[in-house]
Amino acid sequence: MAKVVAVTGNEACANALRQVNPDVCGIYPITPQTDMMQRYASYISDGKVKTEPILVESEHSSMSACIGASAAGGRVITATSSQGLALMWEMLHIASGDRLPIIMPVVNRALSAPLNIHGDHSDAMGCRDTGWIQIWSENAQEAYDNTIQAFRVGEHMDIRLPVMVCMDGFIISHSIERMEYLEDAEVQNFVGEFQNLYPLLDLDKPKSYGPLILTDLYHEYKRAQHEVMLKVKNVVLDVAKDFEKMSGRKYGLFETYRLEDADIALVILNSAAGTSKDVVDDFRSRGIKAGLLKPRLFRPFPYEEIAEALKNTKAVCVMDRSDSFGGYGPLFMEISSALYQLQQKPALINKIYGLGGRDYLPSHGELVFNELNEIAKSGKINIIKEYIGVRE
Amino acid sequence: MATPLTLKELSKKEDLLTHGHRMCSGCGAPVVVKMVLMATEHPVIAANATGCLEVSTCISEYTAWKIPWIHTAFENAAATLSGVETMYRSLKKQGKIDKDVKFIAFGGDGGTYDIGFQSLSGAMERGHDMIYVCYDNGAYMNTGIQRSSATPLGADTTTCPAGSVIPGKLRARKNLTKIMAAHNIPYAAQASPSHWMDLMKKVQKAHSYEGPKFLNIIAPCNRGWRSKTNDAIALSRMAVNTCYWPLYEIENGVTKITSTPKEKIPVVEFMKPQGRFKHLFEPGNEALLQRVQVEVDAEWEKLKNAEKCGC
Repeated sequence: MAKVVAVTGNEACANALRQVNPDVCGIYPITPQTDMMQRYASYISDGKVKTEPILVESEHSSMSACIGASAAGGRVITATSSQGLALMWEMLHIASGDRLPIIMPVVNRALSAPLNIHGDHSDAMGCRDTGWIQIWSENAQEAYDNTIQAFRVGEHMDIRLPVMVCMDGFIISHSIERMEYLEDAEVQNFVGEFQNLYPLLDLDKPKSYGPLILTDLYHEYKRAQHEVMLKVKNVVLDVAKDFEKMSGRKYGLFETYRLEDADIALVILNSAAGTSKDVVDDFRSRGIKAGLLKPRLFRPFPYEEIAEALKNTKAVCVMDRSDSFGGYGPLFMEISSALYQLQQKPALINKIYGLGGRDYLPSHGELVFNELNEIAKSGKINIIKEYIGVRE
Repeated sequence: MATPLTLKELSKKEDLLTHGHRMCSGCGAPVVVKMVLMATEHPVIAANATGCLEVSTCISEYTAWKIPWIHTAFENAAATLSGVETMYRSLKKQGKIDKDVKFIAFGGDGGTYDIGFQSLSGAMERGHDMIYVCYDNGAYMNTGIQRSSATPLGADTTTCPAGSVIPGKLRARKNLTKIMAAHNIPYAAQASPSHWMDLMKKVQKAHSYEGPKFLNIIAPCNRGWRSKTNDAIALSRMAVNTCYWPLYEIENGVTKITSTPKEKIPVVEFMKPQGRFKHLFEPGNEALLQRVQVEVDAEWEKLKNAEKCGC
């Protein structure tokens, strides 16, 4: 029986992790994630989980310890944000290179300098090439559901890769929403017992983890990593199917909203997608065929599927809540790559919005849709990349 | 029952770091590792910081390690092993594992004194059951002899080269053994492969305590020290006999010198066979050479006083 609750995104994720009840957890504070792991620490102190914590002295050590724990053989979690994720960066590559299915909620936050604790996507976008699976979440319900599904995806015997589950700092992590919890037993049954693969603690069969690999094999090793990533999409869909059976909630590689016959569309991640859906409804009520696509699986990126979903639109704006200075926004670059393969492609523009927690308002979405409407009619793009909601 | 530390008994033990690794001829580090592992009775899992030992013992499809072994990066052998040890405790608590397992991290001085210092301090403070072994050769030897905070005063390295204006390293070594002891861990000690019995006793003693332990072991590097390939043991013995590398332990906060040289030899005797100190024997560098002796003497006196006052 699902239980309806009013909780924050952090609380929801902490509860998902409690329900999974992993063996080891790396804990280190960073705003806005702190609240999630301190809740988890309470579960440990109150004997609600079997998890052994490692109260590390940095995120670098947190990821290092998680790698050690995962290689030892067992289920491992941690969580982080922003500078913490940036500090982990070196070790993120090692977690994926060693094929260790560590699960890590990432509460998205801006990167310094200047210092800013609020939500944007610079942290997770900055590590999109680290070999981690990335699943993005619009709200607390999705963050909760994605966290649970992440274990099945990362630990799948054909995959064995670490997964980060992203949600927006403060907007989702600290806002109370109505959502549904699954029963503990349902979650435990869904994720199942952890299956070991080459554990260090198998003392009878000693393994060496982390060799030096030179020019003779490194290239092949990295290609193999890419090939594993290519299998992730199907596993994500299979896991989502099972999850739907249990929860009634449907997930795919991405979500489309009134996109089927849309002329103009936004591509937008996480919480701002919710705001934008209202704007879509508003435009639809005025007879304008607006739609929306919200990526869920960002790594590996479902290029073909997204191209297919957008191919009949006339103009698309990719909304980025992070930037690549001197380049386009990271989501824009992906969508652009996806659409390039089409014979007939929509006009494409890029807006940078909401950096460092700047509010994204329905009025911003309206401006963008109005511009897309003009582009759809005229076929003319004035500026490809622009900042919106910015003070001049 | 610990293996008696006699050559007869020890010779029957299997080398857990096999022959065929690719460390340089005459390197002190694998000797240190073999001694540490030989003095370890229980099943053991090792972690290794990036460095000479790591890159030379596990290359692509080969490994020289007959025990479970993990390398992840340079600065985090202690953090990595703390993760392995925590998973062991978790699974043991859950009844999923019943063996007693020991944990040893190996790092060079760069990976321990410098870049791995925070990770080491964190692991020691958290109380993980492990021995951290620093094989100290006094510089970043794997990347080609760069200065570390373990590089001795006056030494010529590639980043503090002895030049016409600056005569090598101008700072004394960081005293890491004391810093580790200041974490109030049950056991911290300094050892040398020249005194193998002393070294192995310290390993056994360290294993007898639960919690974090630290061993700092001198490991001559003929490439970086610019010495002969057959002098690792002789030089490490000279390091002890000049009191450049005193052998002592700090057990539950109590300092004990475990080997006092019969005759304290001037430190220049340790330095002369090493090309990294060659410039100090040239005219103009007398003061620096003198300072090396003064610092060695001062540290030795401090150590003797610490032993005397039982602290």
